Amino acid sequence: MNVRLYVLQRATAAIMVPLVLAHIALIFYATRHGLSAAEILARTRASIGWAAFYGLFVLAAATHGAIGVRTLAGEWAGIKGGRLDMLMWGFGLMLAALGLRAVAAVVLP
Amino acid sequence: MAAAIEVSIWRGKADGRYQRFMVPLHESQTVLDVVTWVQRNADPTLAYRYACRVGMCGSCAMTVNGRPRWTCRTHIAKVAAKGHVEIGPLANMPIIKDLACDMAAFFEKWQRAKGTFAPSRSRRDPIERISPTTAPRLAADAAIECINCAVCYAACDTVRWNADYVGPAALNRAWTLVNDVRDAGQGKRLAALAADGGCHACHSHQSCQEHCPKALNPIASIAGLKRRTVEAYVRGEL
Repeated sequence: MNVRLYVLQRATAAIMVPLVLAHIALIFYATRHGLSAAEILARTRASIGWAAFYGLFVLAAATHGAIGVRTLAGEWAGIKGGRLDMLMWGFGLMLAALGLRAVAAVVLP
Repeated sequence: MAAAIEVSIWRGKADGRYQRFMVPLHESQTVLDVVTWVQRNADPTLAYRYACRVGMCGSCAMTVNGRPRWTCRTHIAKVAAKGHVEIGPLANMPIIKDLACDMAAFFEKWQRAKGTFAPSRSRRDPIERISPTTAPRLAADAAIECINCAVCYAACDTVRWNADYVGPAALNRAWTLVNDVRDAGQGKRLAALAADGGCHACHSHQSCQEHCPKALNPIASIAGLKRRTVEAYVRGEL
């Protein structure tokens, strides 16, 4: 962990604090009001706001998680140097791709 | 307390084993006194380190009942509640023999963390007056009494997991210099501390603070270094 990764991980954590709270509030709202999948999609499709909200969430989570996995892999699996960075990038890009694909599925018209 | 105590002492290298000795007890006897009694009376081949015997030199740290301690200031009565004491070498360093471990990497990491003073004046300049009440000096003074015993290094989980991590003692030393207004090596020091294996590798488990025999708080020093390096990074200096 160097200072650049440290700042990135803390910054993405700070970004995710309000996003996680809003996400949990949304889950409660949707379940308590008995929203169907069709009703949820009606709200999210073609919405720039939801695309930005969950797009930012996915990118922050992918960055944050990938840096954490880099630390874990170094300390618990003894992986070092370039292989460690490759693992971080691979894991982060995979998370970002899976997450953005899910966001696209609910926001694209 | 009984008139003698059973002591298990590590013998050999990493693949060694504990050997038992019966050691007579005395009033105000320290763990170091017990080890010294064994070496002088039971087995002269026992290898261990000590120098000052009064908690100044940092030579005699060992693992006592699983905890790293300075043995010259640890009374045997304090650690022998069950009539038995287990004494081994410090963790996180290669064992040379018995209770003596190889501290080369520990001190090399002090160099890596730029733990040496970089003078900003020559011997021909007048001595700079430093007020003891300024914030930087107070921060440095709070961390300055380290005796290099490596107890914090042996207690640190991150050191055990990450061989590149410079460890709490080296970072605590660096913090005293970061707060030394006379020092001219801050740029290189902050760059070294901000790299992989530097202050950001610390997980803040606080074992260093828990075990430091001098009651120092290396974790506070490391937190200070994290703030300083982040500030320098944000300003584009790193």
